[in-house]
Amino acid sequence: MALLHIDGLQKAYVGPDGSRHQVVDIPRFELAEGAAVALAGPSGSGKTTFLNLVAGILAPDAGHVRIDGTDVAQLPEHERDRFRARHVGYIFQTFNLLQGFTCLENVLLGMSFGHGIDRARAEALLRRVGLGERLHHFPRQLSTGQQQRVAVARALAGKPRLVLADEPTGNLDPRHAQEALALIREVCAENGSALLLVSHDRDILARFGMVASLADINRASRATSSGGAS
Amino acid sequence: MTLPLLVRRSLRQHALSTAVTALSLSLAGGLLMTVWVMRQQARQTFERMDGGWDAVLGARSSKLQLVLNAIFHLEASPGNIKATDVALLASNPAVRAVVPIAMGDNYQGFRIVGVTTNLFAGHEYAPGHAFKVGEGRVFEDNLREAVVGSFAARKLGFKVGTEFQPYHGLNYSSNPRDNVQHEDTYVVVGILEPSNTPADRVVWIPVAGLQNMAGHDPSAAEDYSAALVKLRDPAAGFRLDQLYNKQGDRLTFAWPIGTVMAQLFDKIGWFDKVLALVAWLVAVVAAASVLASIYNSMSARRRDIAILRALGARRGTVFASIVLEAASVAAMGAMGGFVVHIGLLAGAGVIVRAQTGVLIEPFQPGWVWLWAPAALVGLAALAGVVPAFKAYKVDVASSLAPDS
Repeated sequence: MALLHIDGLQKAYVGPDGSRHQVVDIPRFELAEGAAVALAGPSGSGKTTFLNLVAGILAPDAGHVRIDGTDVAQLPEHERDRFRARHVGYIFQTFNLLQGFTCLENVLLGMSFGHGIDRARAEALLRRVGLGERLHHFPRQLSTGQQQRVAVARALAGKPRLVLADEPTGNLDPRHAQEALALIREVCAENGSALLLVSHDRDILARFGMVASLADINRASRATSSGGAS
Repeated sequence: MTLPLLVRRSLRQHALSTAVTALSLSLAGGLLMTVWVMRQQARQTFERMDGGWDAVLGARSSKLQLVLNAIFHLEASPGNIKATDVALLASNPAVRAVVPIAMGDNYQGFRIVGVTTNLFAGHEYAPGHAFKVGEGRVFEDNLREAVVGSFAARKLGFKVGTEFQPYHGLNYSSNPRDNVQHEDTYVVVGILEPSNTPADRVVWIPVAGLQNMAGHDPSAAEDYSAALVKLRDPAAGFRLDQLYNKQGDRLTFAWPIGTVMAQLFDKIGWFDKVLALVAWLVAVVAAASVLASIYNSMSARRRDIAILRALGARRGTVFASIVLEAASVAAMGAMGGFVVHIGLLAGAGVIVRAQTGVLIEPFQPGWVWLWAPAALVGLAALAGVVPAFKAYKVDVASSLAPDS
């Protein structure tokens, strides 16, 4: 059974000159429960917009985003926030850690908006990603790889059903990129979370059994590509 | 945990602006509380401060001038009254005691008041409190001796045995050439214990000594500046008020003293209101500084707010955290305000004591200690609504780095 079911999803932006730019136009997309799928797409192909729509950060112009039977696209904003906090983990390319909060607090904050704070689990997860000695360090005191691991711990701490990863290794060197990816997949597998990762890194994509091209599922992306925008 | 943590961390991240804003709120809170306490305490204290007398008889003038002159030793004397007027009043059956006083001289700015020894013979300046000579003795009525109030003695460096020559007039000039010193030499024979009344600022000498001081007009040697009056029945004051103020036109009978002082505060009520208005304006400006401080930091906070929202924080949570942050800065300011308040009260108390001899006791719990900090926090929270609304409106997707 599909955990994520997308149907007729559309999103367009209006440019400064009033022109309308279709960014996402996905007739249908499904992701099975516990599956790990990589979406390949170049910069500007609408990857982030697509993930933001799935996460409920953005509301679509049309279409449905059903996660575990709930149509996120139809929920009011505050319900989408609540749903995201409880069911979706989001790993950003730039980590998006809160600089004024310690590693542990970053993870606890993520939990606090969802099912609630479980300090023991947060600490265990940070130890699990090798940051047991740095619970009370601030992000600026960590290396890039360590910051990424905090972001992973934060996204997975609430045991989300769906983990979205937007170029999660984009800022890491190849060795750290592979380590981070292994960690994400490992913890997702442990939690039984489905993973939807978007990247344009071929080395990363090669690690996935299921890889789809965003251009194949997103008609807007196809149009952009055929139009020679890139 | 979430909201307090968000607020605590935000305050720490913006520590400098938080400290500066809290400091301005401290000053505002301190000023607000001090103005309120001082206006209340000053009024209460001065209205009660009658020196144990029910009334003052003096030359035709305003009652207020008479009271300020005879009780508080502040104003100029409105003129002299005859000894026969004092004797007539003293013979009135409704009058329990009359103590005539004479003034017109000073010693280095401290008023010299001629009085009879009756003042020190058991007269209670407040219930259960009579003047006591702490060191030395009371002067002899027919000698050039002085009993000095505790504050005046300390400031002048007077001790028992100190000799001094009075200066003519009530005011002492910083230019020595403007001061005319009498030839008469007085010796300090007693220092009064502190009474926390205007008497502490006075150099007391025998009334005859002042009347007959070399250089004074001999024709006024029998006159007094005023007479302090204690009635047997306070209601008799009404009859005497009629007698002297309505039927007569030569003398003024200032009664009751507390009401006369209340009139003073009523007259300067506008000043009271201006002070309060200024204090409120300072509080509003301080609250506006909270608004400016947080609002100006919103650009830098956009990303953090977007991250919080992406993690699942609702708009309401973000809004509440900003309002709570503003209130927290104000709460810190209010706490600091108590320190400022205590400092200002202590300073104001010293000034009032130095100028009037009256000890104001401002460190008494009052409602202002509750409502002023609460008002400050409320104002700041209200000011925080503006940046909070800006935070509320932050667009998550565009504020998170859109790299692809």
